Amino acid sequence: MTELKNELIRHSAADLAAKLAAREVSAVEVTQAHLDRIADVDGQVNAFLHVNSEEALAVAAEVDAARAAGGAAAEELHALAGVPIAVKDLIVTIGQPTTAGSKILEGWHSPYDATVVKKLRAAKMPILGKTNLDEFAMGSSTEHSAYGPTRNPWDLDRIPGGSGGGSAAAVAAFEAPLALGTDTGGSIRQPGAVTGTVGMKPTYGAVSRYGAIAMASSLDQIGPVSRTVLDSALLQEVIGGHDPFDSTSLTDPFNNLVAAARVGNVAGMKIGIIKELHGEGYQGGVENRFNESLQLLKDAGAEIVEVSCPNLKYALGAYYLIMPSEVSSNLAKFDGVRFGMRVLPKDGPMTIERVMGATRAAGFGDEVKRRIILGTYALSAGYYDAYYGSAQKVRTLIQRDFDAAFAKADVLISPTAPTTAFKLGEKLDDPLAMYLNDVATIPANLAGIPGLSLPGGLADEDGLPVGIQLLAPAREDARLYRVGAVLESILEEKWGGPMLAQAPDLKNAVLDAASTTAGGSN
Amino acid sequence: MAAINRDDVAHLARLAHIEMSAEELDRMAIELAVIVDSVKSVSEAAGDDVPATSHPIPLTNVFREDVVGHTFTAEQALSGAPDAFENRFKVPAILDED
Repeated sequence: MTELKNELIRHSAADLAAKLAAREVSAVEVTQAHLDRIADVDGQVNAFLHVNSEEALAVAAEVDAARAAGGAAAEELHALAGVPIAVKDLIVTIGQPTTAGSKILEGWHSPYDATVVKKLRAAKMPILGKTNLDEFAMGSSTEHSAYGPTRNPWDLDRIPGGSGGGSAAAVAAFEAPLALGTDTGGSIRQPGAVTGTVGMKPTYGAVSRYGAIAMASSLDQIGPVSRTVLDSALLQEVIGGHDPFDSTSLTDPFNNLVAAARVGNVAGMKIGIIKELHGEGYQGGVENRFNESLQLLKDAGAEIVEVSCPNLKYALGAYYLIMPSEVSSNLAKFDGVRFGMRVLPKDGPMTIERVMGATRAAGFGDEVKRRIILGTYALSAGYYDAYYGSAQKVRTLIQRDFDAAFAKADVLISPTAPTTAFKLGEKLDDPLAMYLNDVATIPANLAGIPGLSLPGGLADEDGLPVGIQLLAPAREDARLYRVGAVLESILEEKWGGPMLAQAPDLKNAVLDAASTTAGGSN
Repeated sequence: MAAINRDDVAHLARLAHIEMSAEELDRMAIELAVIVDSVKSVSEAAGDDVPATSHPIPLTNVFREDVVGHTFTAEQALSGAPDAFENRFKVPAILDED
């Protein structure tokens, strides 16, 4: 008995894994159902830059063959074998192009796999394709992608967040049950918040960065994107662990994450509200859903305390000095010599310096250029101490603030983003307004601590998803899965099902959009 | 701290090897001035007694055994290059000969 394909795509990764193990469905059926969904809706959503049908189906067929053979071949299969996944196009893959959302890498194929991709292959998880992002992961809306923006499945006129809008939208639109993201200042969590999905930034070093095209190496972190908290825990256990190819990789085991997501209670836990990360500057509907979650956690037996992290007021500024400084160095390698595009100057002498200048002018978009120039400025002689040096000191102050806060609370809580999804184009000409989207997510990257965003309901004023962010001390990722899973289960009980069940049907949304075009808005 | 101006941006663009049109320099100077102004409070946040953090979770002495591991073949390493010749990256003139 085979379920209808449109039912298959709505299952969580954990449910799909159980159905596959019980041989209720085949991995080929599951993978094909998601490929069909991509074919049906991605014309509107634009979550995928590349679809990897042939390889995905071949991997799924291998899983089915191993299960059919039984014995050792079946027993050796990973629990998630046959569960398909999408990969952010900042992460390199053999056999598929990797663009980083930039023209400068158009058509480039990596000669190696990222460590996380090797792990997906070892687990025999079919890779559905590569997802859209702001160019080199620089942005909060995916509008800085050289390949056009991704659209939010809740409202196709709105942004899906960024930089990982493609991964979040793919999961929200049921094009994939799981995806990989990268988070430098909120690029997993903020898209999760505005698309009503779950996004986890693990502790810095808990998941190898080898093969993630570097944006800001001291802040970048690969992590899971999913529809449920348990699914993110399952995925982090697949991709995590020490990697000798990444010298910042931690040797800690991180093998208690799935168990933590299944504990099911928060009684006696202390949950700290960060005074500086809600209230003024946060949309009313965001604040309301946040307060509601606090009450629910309290009712579930948690103790709510207030903590203050006064130096968070410098976090955004410190981030916009440290990140561009690292960007200016990391992106120097895109020089038209070793990989990617080469553009020759139109006239004048044909020297390598002039070829670099012309290549980088044509290959990079505005936001990337802004950050490279800003970073070059912050690192230049005479400004280094005042800018980069000061920002690194602020990083110390923020770590100390978090240490003090975690002395009073087991986990901290805040809204993930100050607003719900805004309209495409609304903040494109105002870089500073765009940067403010990440005000609540940046501190975790500066401090290296883990952060989880999960759906907290819909804002009263616009009916759009609100994200709740949980933060834990470094290496305590398990606490986030424990508290996150409990909050998710209480909220779903209140809603009578997952929040994404309330999302508009995509095909209807398209028809609605078409029918209201004459009126000019919808 | 001095504000960032158009000449600064032109100089920085040269350092960063990004050709910029006059219009681009004008726009970038205005945008960067706003951004630099918004981050300047950072320089007053911490005193001299606060150590800098360059890395969120410091690790020391991350070494491996000194044995040959995986290496790319010349063909793999050159596979993404815009131009190559006899197992080497081919580039335009390194020196300006005129």
